[in-house]
Amino acid sequence: MMLLSGDPPRSRALSILLVVIILALLATPFIFPGAKALNVAAKICIFAALVASYDLLLGYTGSVSFAHTMFYGIGSYAIAIALYGLGPNWTSVAAAVAAGLPLALLLALAIGLFSLRVEAIFFAMITLAVASAFLVLASQLSWLTGGEDGRSFQLPELLRPGTVFIGKEWFGFPINGRILTYYLVLSACALMILALLRVVNSPFGRVLQAIRENRFRAEALGYRTVFHLTYANCIAAVIAAGAGMLNALWLRYAGPDTSLSFSIMLDILLMVVIGGMGTIYGAIIGAAIFILAQNYLQALMSIASTAAADAGLPLLPGLLHPDRWLLWLGLLFIASVYFFPTGVVGRLRNKPGASR
Amino acid sequence: MTLTLETRDLTIRFGGHVAVNSVSCSFRPGELTAIVGPNGAGKTTYFNLISGQLAASSGTILFGGRDITGLSAPLRTRAGLGRAFQLTNLFPNLSVEENVRLAVQAQSGVHYDLLRPWMARRDLIARADAILDQVALGSRRGVTATTLSHGDQRKLEVALMMALQPDVFMFDEPTAGMSIDEVPVVLDLIGKLKQDRSKIILLVEHKMDVVRSLADRIIVLHNGQLVADGKPAEVIASPIVQEAYLGVSPRSAA
Repeated sequence: MMLLSGDPPRSRALSILLVVIILALLATPFIFPGAKALNVAAKICIFAALVASYDLLLGYTGSVSFAHTMFYGIGSYAIAIALYGLGPNWTSVAAAVAAGLPLALLLALAIGLFSLRVEAIFFAMITLAVASAFLVLASQLSWLTGGEDGRSFQLPELLRPGTVFIGKEWFGFPINGRILTYYLVLSACALMILALLRVVNSPFGRVLQAIRENRFRAEALGYRTVFHLTYANCIAAVIAAGAGMLNALWLRYAGPDTSLSFSIMLDILLMVVIGGMGTIYGAIIGAAIFILAQNYLQALMSIASTAAADAGLPLLPGLLHPDRWLLWLGLLFIASVYFFPTGVVGRLRNKPGASR
Repeated sequence: MTLTLETRDLTIRFGGHVAVNSVSCSFRPGELTAIVGPNGAGKTTYFNLISGQLAASSGTILFGGRDITGLSAPLRTRAGLGRAFQLTNLFPNLSVEENVRLAVQAQSGVHYDLLRPWMARRDLIARADAILDQVALGSRRGVTATTLSHGDQRKLEVALMMALQPDVFMFDEPTAGMSIDEVPVVLDLIGKLKQDRSKIILLVEHKMDVVRSLADRIIVLHNGQLVADGKPAEVIASPIVQEAYLGVSPRSAA
């Protein structure tokens, strides 16, 4: 209860769902063989933390930011540039953290103090402008960032796949640096999500909700809301940068497409909405559903399409052809927003019989 | 130190329209001043200027000898000015208890504490509940603010101001739209506040019976100007009020 900051899932179905997701993530290296499963699991962890930090802004303060991928990118590039430039050792990782997190913090502080005084739309526009500028900057400064190609780099020895701790004889596959990296990612993400849960349930977090509900009234109570909003923006930025660092460590690469592009921003928005805004738990659910769909829908459709063709059904094989997967992904999201306007978490919590 | 609230030549213009025109007036602790005047006379605007929701075009506001004209609304609240709004202004989707708890939290100066759960501050919750009992909303503490009846929302509005423990209470038509049986709860509350002689109480009110029974003093605003100031009986009887506010000419009243 203390770990969850007094904010449990408050629904049996939601608790079970979360436990299943977390157990699956914990056991992935042992029960789902292959590199793809591990990649998907790591991506779910990283995005759960990233989306949770975005939920702090969107769900709890009601401010729409388009700069979240920028902070994510700052984290990614900090790791990439440091490990590429200073060599694959832990000092470089420490340098990346020491440079990347403060940079994200300062940028968020500047954007917040500059634009959160006034109406929400201004903040949205400013973040959009700054994020676009940053994207251009990252692809232009190719001597530093590798431009469009990005930067590939080596990890510190301990985290490399070649570093074997336990040989094949125990589990049928080696426990190596790759698996260690996975658990590093998993535990760092879990810590960040628990920290966010603490923040939103603190007296400070309660003020954020008050601002979302009625900023004018919060001011009249004596809260200087611009500082609260800026503070929240900084926390979200630092967590996003942290998630970006883990992303780069996992991929051993940072580039515009994997860490800065607006399509990632869009994915984040979708995950928040699908999972349920203003819940933090929604981030875990949203990330799991979205990324699983993104990675396995095609394979599922291929099976379904073949089955339909074998059964001699008309039209269906064509509709279910794996090339149409984006169509189905889109339909899935429209349906989920239509049927769960408060997200999966909101839906499960409001179900009759859910314990409150 | 006596905490006197004073406005000097307080003026606000919206384009060519002067909504509050050079109003100079001072308010003393232990005194309940009713501000009356026809619709559009500038009463609520005058309130907004004092509590900082609007910035004055010219003039100054002094509170306890300190010039607070340049302070933002949150800082004026912290300085001791409490405001209950005319149009109910709550946190609609939060619980009744949470609405008041947020006000208590603000009053306690807990602004940026993010390391412990809010529930760990049981003292804040207990104080919020005590205030809800005072305004007879104790049984509704768990429901969302929007689901309250209009009258209960008005009471919650007053509860938020009480939670701030201000030196100046500014009520803007606290009984507007309330049913007859709900009005006494709010009037009792204001009466109790009055007994604490250290508070300045300002009350915008249309109901003349309420004003007569509560006010120690009445000021009249008309077209943004202060046109009368004095004891209730005198002010109500004065020709200018009869004409400007009650809409009767002195001749027909006589």
